[in-house]
Amino acid sequence: MRKRSLIPILYIAFLMLPIYWLVAMSFKTTNEILSGFSLFPQTFTLDNYITIFTDPTWYWGYINSIIYVTINTVLSVCVALPAAYAFSRYRFLGDKQLFFWLLTNRMAPAAVFALPFFQLYSSIHLFDTYLAVALAHTLFNVPLAVWILEGFMRGIPKELDETAYVDGYSFPRFFVKIFLPNIKAGVGVAAFFCFMFSWVEMLLAKTLTAVEAKPIAAVMTRTASSAGYELGLLAAAGTLTIIPGAIVIWFVRNYIARGFAMGRV
Amino acid sequence: MAQIKLSNLKHSYLPSPQGPEDYALKEIDVTWRDGGAYALLGPSGCGKSTLLNIISGLLTPSEGQILFDGRDVTALPPDQRNIAQVFQFPVIYDTMTVGENLAFPLKNRGVDAATINQRVDEIAKMLDVTDMLDTRASGLSPDNKQKISMGRGLVRDDVNAVMFDEPLTVIDPHLKWKLRSKLKELHQQVKATMIYVTHDQTEALTFADEVVVMQEGEVVQIGTPVDLFERPQHTFVGHFIGSPGMNVLPCEAKGDRAIFEGHEVHLEGPVQGTGGNTNLGIRPEYVGFGETGIPAHVTKVSDIGRHYVVSAIVGDTALKVVSEHSAPEPGSQVFLQFKPEQSRVYRDGWIATEERGT
Amino acid sequence: MRTENQRAWFFVLPVLALVAFNALVPMMTVVNYSVQETFGNNQFFWEGLGWFEQILRSDRFQAALGRQFLFTALILMIEVPLGIIVALSMPRKGIWVPVCLVLMALPMLIPWNVVGSMWNIFTLPKIGLLGYFLNDVLGINYDMTQQPISAWITVIVMDVWHWTSLVVLLCYAGLVSIPDAYYQAAKIDGASNWSVFRYIQLPKMKTVLTIAILLRFMDSFNIYTEPFVLTGGGPGNSTTLLSIDLVKIALGQFDLGPAAAMSLIYFAITLLVSWVFYTLMTKDDAE
Repeated sequence: MRKRSLIPILYIAFLMLPIYWLVAMSFKTTNEILSGFSLFPQTFTLDNYITIFTDPTWYWGYINSIIYVTINTVLSVCVALPAAYAFSRYRFLGDKQLFFWLLTNRMAPAAVFALPFFQLYSSIHLFDTYLAVALAHTLFNVPLAVWILEGFMRGIPKELDETAYVDGYSFPRFFVKIFLPNIKAGVGVAAFFCFMFSWVEMLLAKTLTAVEAKPIAAVMTRTASSAGYELGLLAAAGTLTIIPGAIVIWFVRNYIARGFAMGRV
Repeated sequence: MAQIKLSNLKHSYLPSPQGPEDYALKEIDVTWRDGGAYALLGPSGCGKSTLLNIISGLLTPSEGQILFDGRDVTALPPDQRNIAQVFQFPVIYDTMTVGENLAFPLKNRGVDAATINQRVDEIAKMLDVTDMLDTRASGLSPDNKQKISMGRGLVRDDVNAVMFDEPLTVIDPHLKWKLRSKLKELHQQVKATMIYVTHDQTEALTFADEVVVMQEGEVVQIGTPVDLFERPQHTFVGHFIGSPGMNVLPCEAKGDRAIFEGHEVHLEGPVQGTGGNTNLGIRPEYVGFGETGIPAHVTKVSDIGRHYVVSAIVGDTALKVVSEHSAPEPGSQVFLQFKPEQSRVYRDGWIATEERGT
Repeated sequence: MRTENQRAWFFVLPVLALVAFNALVPMMTVVNYSVQETFGNNQFFWEGLGWFEQILRSDRFQAALGRQFLFTALILMIEVPLGIIVALSMPRKGIWVPVCLVLMALPMLIPWNVVGSMWNIFTLPKIGLLGYFLNDVLGINYDMTQQPISAWITVIVMDVWHWTSLVVLLCYAGLVSIPDAYYQAAKIDGASNWSVFRYIQLPKMKTVLTIAILLRFMDSFNIYTEPFVLTGGGPGNSTTLLSIDLVKIALGQFDLGPAAAMSLIYFAITLLVSWVFYTLMTKDDAE
């Protein structure tokens, strides 16, 4: 092994340490945690996980989160596809300004929107629904999806479109049958990013829900404050939130580097 | 400047090659004279780029040696071999100006500023890029970029050899000939050994004094462009060089005759050896029409400007004839005459007839 | 080349409707609040630009803004060079590449509040791995809940842990797009490792590095959940960054007017700095 590979190894070790600690904590009993330091769980226990999987407030937190994240991902990619196509293929009045304005929404601090969102979604009676969170998250996910997809679409030569029209394809048929398969990777990457940012965002998700659509984050903070200091339970809940992300990232592992560059290398 | 000798060179990309099919290069023995212009010609994947990278030191061969003027350089890294290489896609340092690009190899070697300026000016003049010395290299057209990457090789006055790896790939067709003649001109001026890798026979034949034809990791023939055309050592060379390529017709060998579809054909000389798979090789240019000869049926005539290419069938075998002035009608019956001094028998691909007079 | 086609607007319409609904309506609400005063009961009084003046002059806002800039500057100064170094030393191909990439991306896929909780558990004195190591093994007095400096270092290290991989992945994508011929030519030209970095790798990474710095700037400037969960803005107000302060005013004290004015100032600063960054970094291309 060469000296150079030491740097990535050390870096990955630094990344894994806090994660390891979280996982290790989740298998400890509350007693062990409070009684002092131990590198490995001394009395290995699954109690924390059992609590989560048997208590509906806990597991519904996960289900709620997954539902609104999925709605958001599908919605964001579906509306972003035609828009990205338009930006990558046509010039039209105000296209540059529009594109920039979309991106500025990515810059807006979520804290700025927390209160007005609460009022807006309350007034249209969507408060505490999956749709509210899914819609709110489109604020930053749709611009991102448009940006990523536009980057990938620009890499597809225009001749592809023209050939298809010459061959007698109608636009919708061309788009679905020919164009989409060509930017599969881009759609995958865009969906991945929408999933990621919707999954990790918690401020808006918490603000827009109360009971019915409460995300796992809200359950976690409420538990942390109400049931005292149950670190083991908190660690187990945290560990479980890492799993969906890990699964999703495994699917896009081959596009990940290019994906993070938004197809703009 | 140096003579380059490759001795017993073999290379495999696999860590432990088993049979000959695991080798990208099988047994290469070549000597290149100091100051010559050579071409390495062969189809994609024949091992020519591998060979080039071994000479420049980017790859270390699995077996064998590379000698520059008798000195073994097999283990030396590229920067100590004093070679220059021009790649398929122009390599330009985008953030530098044209002048800085040209000065870069000298700067890295600690040459003093005055010498650098003088060399850069000389090379820029040679390449006709003096007026763009101060512009950013990233905005240049592909042919100018390729000139600059060439210039970076030529700027050092100690180069043993300049190597070109399909340098005209990304150049517009109408600029290709211009750059090619520039190359030829440069060769005469700097007198460095130049090795030019290509799969394009026109490029190879117009550039080089001597062409090395490669196929599947082997050298099949080394010779002047005329040699390659007039007396191919292998059916591959005959077929690969010339347009259309040499006719390779199944036949039986009999003394200094070949029997092709039941007809006797006179050859340039007696046939050596026995057995194997024998073919009659003759270039379309050396097949003529006559009152008598081998009867054939004309299937197609293409007028390609300077001459006609006639496709004909003898028995079950198709062949091509190049005719300068006139051509028979498609569908007609004709008689073909093969020039004996240009008719040869190939055994398992390799030439098997002796030249008359030797 | 793109063709002129005004009907392309139809393609953009769904996006436009969705984002406009999400951005314009709340933005108007914010603007509306920012110029009014309320005493509850849904009674509002015209306040003009008073709130803006008050916010801009308040020590509290200026302090939070100062902390915010310090935080963003520090994490950029650490994450960008570190990210470049890690990307440069990554293997270019082989079975380890996807493994490295997936492991590196993992922190970014963890919900932000969990990131905060995780670092909280990690750094607790006596109980957490880092807290135990620092206090009991190295004998350094470290307690995030008491010492502002400990809290600051922890928040910074947490962000480095969380987001450096973004810089790594972007730079790595730029690096793998460099054809081998460039490295070979550099070898032949006798270029040193530094020259290879300076003249080949860095120019190729420029675009992605611009994206990385912009994203890191925007996201670190908007950061809320992780430091809030980790330190709650404390001890005292030492780690109260802009977003945390904003939420305190808006949801905690329900001072809608000042909160709205602060939101707008905040958003304007983000936009302005992003725009300056962007123009500075892309200036060379325009030449």
